[in-house]
Amino acid sequence: MEYMLIFTETQADFAKRNDPAEAPAYWGAWSAYCKALAESGIMVSGAGLQPPDTATTVRIREGKRTLHDGPYAEAKEMLGGFFVINVPDLDAALEWAARSPSSSYGSTEVRPVLPPPPNE
Amino acid sequence: MNSSFDIPSTAPAAETLDATVRRSYATLLGYLASRAGGDLAAAEDALSEALLSAVQQWPVQGIPDKPEAWLLAVARRRLTDEQRRHAVRERFSDAMQHALESAEQLAVSGDEFPDERLKLLFVCAHPAIDESMRTPLMLQTVLGLDAQAIASAFLVAPAAMAQRLVRAKAKIKAAAIPFEVPERWRWDERFSFVLDAIYAAFTRGWQSSPEDQTGRDMAREAIRLGDVTAKLVPDEPEALGLLALMLHCHARRSARMDASGRYVPLDEQDPTAWDHPMTDHAESLLQTAGGMGSPGRFQIEAAIQSAHAQRRVTGRVEWPVVAALYQLLMTFTPALGARIGHAIATAHAFGPEQGWALLESLPKERLADHQPYWAARAHLLAQIGRTKEAKEAFERAIGLCDDPAVRAYLWERKNTI
Repeated sequence: MEYMLIFTETQADFAKRNDPAEAPAYWGAWSAYCKALAESGIMVSGAGLQPPDTATTVRIREGKRTLHDGPYAEAKEMLGGFFVINVPDLDAALEWAARSPSSSYGSTEVRPVLPPPPNE
Repeated sequence: MNSSFDIPSTAPAAETLDATVRRSYATLLGYLASRAGGDLAAAEDALSEALLSAVQQWPVQGIPDKPEAWLLAVARRRLTDEQRRHAVRERFSDAMQHALESAEQLAVSGDEFPDERLKLLFVCAHPAIDESMRTPLMLQTVLGLDAQAIASAFLVAPAAMAQRLVRAKAKIKAAAIPFEVPERWRWDERFSFVLDAIYAAFTRGWQSSPEDQTGRDMAREAIRLGDVTAKLVPDEPEALGLLALMLHCHARRSARMDASGRYVPLDEQDPTAWDHPMTDHAESLLQTAGGMGSPGRFQIEAAIQSAHAQRRVTGRVEWPVVAALYQLLMTFTPALGARIGHAIATAHAFGPEQGWALLESLPKERLADHQPYWAARAHLLAQIGRTKEAKEAFERAIGLCDDPAVRAYLWERKNTI
């Protein structure tokens, strides 16, 4: 069963990425987590994302196209990255979610991936 | 069910209700369930409704003289109504009706009515119940914790936990798991299931960070369960051993973090920060258990903790003793934790190479996701000077860790090899 782990972080967490005092521990924890996932053989795909201020959002309403700088919604916690993992069940996915560094300061959402559509 | 009484915080009625619930929930539930044909869910519903009535009526009508009897009477009526409603498909026997009425009589007359909590514990830890559900069931039925809190402690989706609890209770009823204390010939095994389930609740709470409220509550609730059990069966040394073990660990809870919130491993903790009366209590329980002359897994684990606690008196840990205790423990349980503990204690007592050899002999296929193994491996590799491998093992332990304080501690260790 495939699940997406969706990592959200606060503005302060994003700031750690470039803070000389905080960056080594921040990246160290993420890199260790990614390696543990990889070595357990459950990783399907995923990526870390650049901070939300690098985002551009597109909306088309009634034929009118609007673009704005920034993420789709301003929130306290914003998307920082995601992985799709393949584990037997939700319990196992939650165990991996709890190990994510983001669970200790932001949050980690776990969602089952839609199964592929039946063959036509 | 029993999760959401909106109890006003100041009224004396609320305090009495709260105290009554804490004191008598399991006793009342055990009594109702064992007389409702093993229908735990129906008994819970009836008791919740009685509690809800109490919340509404006590502040207005005043607190009844015998709060338990009042609750039992309301719950019994509710259960009777419910059973009558289903009378077509399930007959509600006269005998059951009489049993419930006599319970009420007993409660009103002030004679002690029988304590059924032990039967409730045995039902929850029955081998027919899936092992992973025994502890959650116990926490809900005996302590009245709600599914949300249990789900958080067990890292299970709350909706799934609620559903599994419902299913487990349905199984108790459908399979007619008896509300009884097992016979002598199978007592030891059945009682060990009860103790295992209590200990599982404690370790769930204990593994969480000392700052984690859910974890702290869970550990405390497990100690409460252990205490109830030890009092119900005072001649069972393993029940005393389990309680001693939990108290020893719990006494050190606040020493696991320093003033700046950093994780402190057991060997480096300041013994003056331990809860000494709690440690003393644990020691005396263990001594009583030891005097019964029937050692077991929990007594040995408590003895290991006791050996660590000696440091507050002697200033040192007798590692050869700890290693020998782990060796003995391994004859009682195949758990990986015991073998890892043995390797670490051996390293302390007889040198890191010997400890390393023991760790290397563990079955590799069970270790990929086992965080304590990777932490132990990292520490021992660092001690025998295999720095590169030690760093890799630290990294794996960090990646598998779900406690930010421990993660930060391992990170620091990795960088100071």
